[in-house]
This record gives sequence, C-alpha cells and structure tokens, in this order.
Amino acid sequence: MDRVLPEPTPETQHFWDGCKAGELLLQRCTDCTKSYFPPRPFCPKCGSRKVEVYQASGKGVLWSYVINHRPRPDMGTEPHSIAVVKLEEGPQMMTNIVGCPQTPEALQLDMPVQVKFEDFGRITLPLFTPAGA
Amino acid sequence: MKQKTVAAVGAAETTELGRIPNMSVIQLHADAALNALADCGLKPSDIDGVATAGLGPTELAYYLGITPTWADGTSVGGCSFMLHVRHAAAAINEGLCKTVLITHGESGRSRVGAGGGFRGGGGGASLPGQFEAPYGPVGPPSMFTIPVMRYLKTRGYTVEDLANVCVIQREWAARNPRASMRDPITVDDVLNARMIAYPFTLLMCCLVTDGGGAIVLTSAERAKDFPTKPVYIIGTGESVETPMVSQMEDFNSSKAFRVSGKKAFDEAGISRADVDHLMIYDAFAHLPLYGLEDLGFCKPGEAAGFIRERNTAPASSLGNIGKLPLNTNGGGLSYMHSGMYGMYAMQESLRQLRGVAAAQVPGAKISVSHGVGGMFGASGTVIWSNEAP
Repeated sequence: MDRVLPEPTPETQHFWDGCKAGELLLQRCTDCTKSYFPPRPFCPKCGSRKVEVYQASGKGVLWSYVINHRPRPDMGTEPHSIAVVKLEEGPQMMTNIVGCPQTPEALQLDMPVQVKFEDFGRITLPLFTPAGA
Repeated sequence: MKQKTVAAVGAAETTELGRIPNMSVIQLHADAALNALADCGLKPSDIDGVATAGLGPTELAYYLGITPTWADGTSVGGCSFMLHVRHAAAAINEGLCKTVLITHGESGRSRVGAGGGFRGGGGGASLPGQFEAPYGPVGPPSMFTIPVMRYLKTRGYTVEDLANVCVIQREWAARNPRASMRDPITVDDVLNARMIAYPFTLLMCCLVTDGGGAIVLTSAERAKDFPTKPVYIIGTGESVETPMVSQMEDFNSSKAFRVSGKKAFDEAGISRADVDHLMIYDAFAHLPLYGLEDLGFCKPGEAAGFIRERNTAPASSLGNIGKLPLNTNGGGLSYMHSGMYGMYAMQESLRQLRGVAAAQVPGAKISVSHGVGGMFGASGTVIWSNEAP
C-alpha cells in the first residue's frame, strides 16, 4: 500500500519542495526573530507578515515518541516509532526515527538525531536517524 | 458569569450503555434526550435551546421536534458538551432562551448510522494531514500518547504510575453495575496486557462503546419548580490550543487545561480543597495525571504519588475513601467511552451531587467536570454545586 502523503497547499509548498531538494526549511520572523513550524506566511508569535524561509541545520534531539504496535497498512508490518524531535532552531516536528532498532533501548530521549530525507515519489518526507548513525 | 444563576434540572444517559447494535447515532441522542426530559417532567416542545456535537443541532432539533430560539454546534471533540453547558448558561442569562437541551450520542463500537462524530485532522491538505499523518499514527492510541515519554522523564514517573491510574479506576468501576469493565485488575495485569503503542498497553487505553447522554439546563429561578434536585453551575472555563499534539507548547502540561481550569476556579471563587468530587476525562491513563497537575490539585510531579497513596480511591480493605474521589464511574478506561466522553463525566458529577451515584461519595457538595477535546487540543471545565443560592 502506498504511503499516506501530504497534499501541499500554497502556504506549505516551499517546505515540501525543500524536502525534495534535500533541505529542511523553517521560517522565522524578521521582527521578533522567532523560528516556527509548521509553515505559514506570518509569525504565530507576533502576527507579523515579515517572515523569511531559511535552511535549518537538520539537527535536533529525540523529544518524545511511541512505538506503534499496530502499524497502518502503509507503514509495513513491524512496530515502528512515531516521534517528535526538537530541532536545534526550536520548533518541534513529528517524524519517524529510522536507521536504528525500534525499541525503547535504542530510542533514548534527548539523544541527538539528524534529518534523513526519504523519497516517496511525489513527496519526500523528513525522517530522522540517530546522529552519526 | 454569575454563580448559581443556571442549574441542571434534567440529566440521563441512554437506557443501555456498552453495546447497542439496534440504535443509530441520532437515536442514541434521542434516547438520552427523552430520558433526560422525562427525568425533569418536560416534553420536547418545552425546549427552546439545543446544543450538540457530532450530530448537528439542526438534525437534533428536527428529529426531536424542537423549534429552538438558540442553537450551538460547537464541536471541539470530547469536551464539546462542557463548552455547551458554558455557552448555554450565558445564553440563558442573556435571555436568548429559557430551557436548553444538550445531547450526546455515539455508536463508537457498533458504528450504526455513525457518519458523524468528531473528526480531528481533516484531509491530506490540513495541517495534521501534512505534518502528522504521513508518519503513521492510527488514531488517538498512537497520537494522544506521544507526549507521555517526555512527561514521564520530566516528572520522574514510571509506567507503573500510569498502570496504577487504571487499577484504581477499575476499583470504582467494580462498584458500578453499568460499567463495561468491572473485574479487579493489578498493575501487572495492566503492564502485561497487549502492547498498543509503547508505553501504552490495551488497559491504559479507553474503551470503545455505544451510548449517549443528555442534560437539561434552565435558570436557577425556574429550577426551583422542577421535581428534581437542581445542581447549580458555579464556574466554567474553556480553551483550545492546537489540532496537532506534536505542536503542544509543553509536553508536560496542557495549556488548554490550565486556561480552562483557572477560568472555572476563578469564577467559582473556591479553592481546590473545597472540591468534594472530581471527574477528569480519561481517554488514556495519563490524562488524570495531567489533569490533577494542570487544574492545581497537585504540584507538578506529585500527581502519581497522590493517586498511589489512594487519595482518589474508593474505600476498601486498604483504607477509607480518598479525600478527592476521582472518576467514580470508572471513567473512560472502565465505565464507557463512546468517542466523545465528556458528557458521561458530567453525568457522573450530576449523579454524585444529586446523591444517586452507584458509588456515592458521602455528602458531596461540589464537583468538577473537566474535559479534553481532540488530543490535548481543547478543554472545557464545569464546576457544580448542589447547594441552593
């Protein structure tokens, strides 16, 4: 079964284009300097429309997760992580931690992770792996 | 709003609870509504305000033969009914209507005529559709649970603390003949149950059952003329935070809980120690822990110990009834959970304050019904009193 994929909107197209190009793009407000996610053409903290897109480092830490033991048909048959990473720049992002056993022992909170783009055809998703893996 | 200006005069659940394959969603609303109207001696034609979620208020009013002058279809998930109570109280005080019927019905298990219901998220172009759905969540069990590993680490809690919530609520359910799950369980039973989404086992997740409930509200002035014991509203709150659990500001605390709870307690002008009975919507085992902390009953880090030390438990061979009986129907974990459980939390608050609960808290005068909507997305709080103004 094909992976469930996002349908980009005018406000989010740049983010998905960035993933396709291997770049994790965040936005920040040029008035209050806050970085934010998910994308929108204004700052959710101060309401300013003066915002810019920039390339994030792709680094963060594992913030929290579950290991789903009832995988959706498009996610395969084995238990897998559904995680939230806290990016170096501040925002939190849902993802999957890949490239390591899907076990509590391997998935330690606060461990450094880095983005790993995975191509699903029309969309490339930003997944994360343990840093240095 | 001013305290004790509006009261619940009618309250009832569907005749049956649990598995009701012979009733569609709209009939579950109607069955509960007719029971609540009979409870307070009214007919549908006596109602001039309606509020519901899942189903639209238009469908509800049409189906029951009501011509309202006020309608509310606020739908923010399982706490929608707490928000309806709050909005209805304001509407009654403002003179928009006199007698409001709030209904819930959901065929969560049998899925009969279940086209409606709360649908968080939306399609692939919605924010959750773009930024959460691609990573494999399968509904609330693998979504609502996402912040919990962080919460356990921050607070120093363990999975045993989560399991203990389930064990003590089952003790309450055992005292309630209408509860779906009544057999005693141990912490080991909970931890050894089938893994759903680590660290959550099956017994840490709510039930999926059929049922409904309805409440009739009117002014405190008119409430005196009803055959039932009025239960007065003394404080209400509501808030919303985010449709995406991954974007919660703080994984250790719900902003919507804090805002809604504070608003309700400020309005009621009571302290936490004045509360005799508490209902915290427990879709999963962590909700009562967050609720106790975010509503101010426990300091952060003390909720698990508070439950472990039986402060929320029924009387048993282990000791007397706790000082803050919590989820005394057994909760969503053991009593019932149709999908939008908030209505049942309020039904139990009302039964306790009328003195007719299956596991009655002796002398309860003030009860708090606290609800969650979506996955920490929304919140509603109602504080009730059975003492006349």
